[in-house]
Amino acid sequence: MILIAVAVVVFFGARLVSNDYVFFAGYTVLQFVVLATAWNILGGYTGYVNFGSAAFFALGAYATVFLHKSYPLPIPLLIVIGGIVSGIVGLGMGYLTLRLRGAFFAIATLALAVVLQTLVVNWDYVGGSRGAYIIRPNEIEFIGPYIQYLFLVMLALAVLALTIARGIERSQLGYGFATIRDDELAAEASGVPTLRLKLIATTLSGALMGMAGAPFPYYIGYLQPSSAFGLEYAVNSIAMPMIGGTTSWVGPLIGAILLGSLQQIATVTISSVVNLLIVGLLLVAFVIIAPNGIVGLVQGWTRGRAK
Amino acid sequence: MASLLLEVTGLSKRFGGFVALDGIDLTVAEGERVGLIGPNGSGKSTLVNCVCGTLVNETGTVRFNGETVDGLLTHERTRRGMARSFQLPRPFMTLTVADNLRVPLLYTVNARLGRALSPTELDARCTELLQLVGLADKATHLPRDLTQVEMRKLELARAMAAEPKLLIADESMAGLSHSEVDDIVGLLIRLNERGITIILIEHIMRAVMKFSQRLIVLVSGKKIADGAPDTVIRDAEVERAYIGQ
Repeated sequence: MILIAVAVVVFFGARLVSNDYVFFAGYTVLQFVVLATAWNILGGYTGYVNFGSAAFFALGAYATVFLHKSYPLPIPLLIVIGGIVSGIVGLGMGYLTLRLRGAFFAIATLALAVVLQTLVVNWDYVGGSRGAYIIRPNEIEFIGPYIQYLFLVMLALAVLALTIARGIERSQLGYGFATIRDDELAAEASGVPTLRLKLIATTLSGALMGMAGAPFPYYIGYLQPSSAFGLEYAVNSIAMPMIGGTTSWVGPLIGAILLGSLQQIATVTISSVVNLLIVGLLLVAFVIIAPNGIVGLVQGWTRGRAK
Repeated sequence: MASLLLEVTGLSKRFGGFVALDGIDLTVAEGERVGLIGPNGSGKSTLVNCVCGTLVNETGTVRFNGETVDGLLTHERTRRGMARSFQLPRPFMTLTVADNLRVPLLYTVNARLGRALSPTELDARCTELLQLVGLADKATHLPRDLTQVEMRKLELARAMAAEPKLLIADESMAGLSHSEVDDIVGLLIRLNERGITIILIEHIMRAVMKFSQRLIVLVSGKKIADGAPDTVIRDAEVERAYIGQ
């Protein structure tokens, strides 16, 4: 409820600024909120590091391109379809890789991204390596400029993702995920069906990433494999939760807003190439200084004060 | 004689060319306190792992509570009433002591009851278990704040939270002081008085002798003795295995 209220305030606040750039920049930040939250469901809660976020994001985006060419649908439906496609791939990836742990799992997810990118590059119908153009309408009924509509859609998606993450944390599922992160053998011995829970996590995480990617072709207007499978998605989805803190839904939110805004500012003031450098430096700094992220730092302070 | 709770027949397990268990037969009756001893590398932990489903045995069967459990995953066996504690405590490090107990309650007792325990019921059971093992004042601490003996108690409490019929305690006392060992033995006997069958795997003979009603000896993957503790430790073969010729 509070999340929805905040979202409404954000939207109308953004409308007060009579500049569409706010929406363009805001869309990107929100997209990262969704991606970071989705990554964290698998990577933060169960401890399985996924390097293939870009693949799930791109799957959602390419599902949209495919449907745009064959049977155009409204964006909310495209999001659902993108989510289903990526969710299924997430489930498949889970089945194939979840007997692997640690670095081996991470490498397998990276391989998945490479395989999918190769497939898309060679698939002419969705543009192949040349890319695909999507002409978005200028305006939409009730809301006005199309970018505001896209912003609103992404805002709703961010609220959805955060609600899911928060719900998991407070449920039996959240406890189950935490035991997988801590000790799988002990989890099994305590009656936790670890394999099933891991599959739930990969599916949910993949589906949310796909949903984040589904409206992307409309946002960018021209989609090519190298942008949809871009390194920035894989890196940011890992860096944002790590910097914010992986144990709570607040972490990826803080990390995404902080890093996302910083990158937008850097793009405007310095250069878009400097983005990944910033992310890299911050990530290194946080891993050394605050391995539990900003949330961990704050918890440390409050606990210290209580003692 | 009480009915049989655990029946292991012809159980074998090999790791490559190394035969860890070689045709083990053993039974445990309901309500019994059994000690399982043997030198290092004799296959005690492998036996526990095969019984609990962590490892898959090549031959033989495990029957539990009248049901063959071969092929069932560990969590399915836990839900049927088999619980174990680990040789080295493996608490869930990011969860508080109370939440560590909440996991088996949520995933085992709920599944068995077919309904969700209410938050108050959960809290009540956690508190009861913590009082039983004497960790009530540490409920909100993280496991890293616990001492060795408290960690062992948490390990036992977590196994108990699943409301098992059979508890397999794998070296719950290694590295503990004299009085701490007595502490844990007392705790295990109290648990047994509540109707839980217990298999104790231990090197500390004083504890084993105090605890066990029956003693099973494993040497090099074979069962060499099974019977009343006093007779078993005077057995010539057992002496040879332990002291050497």
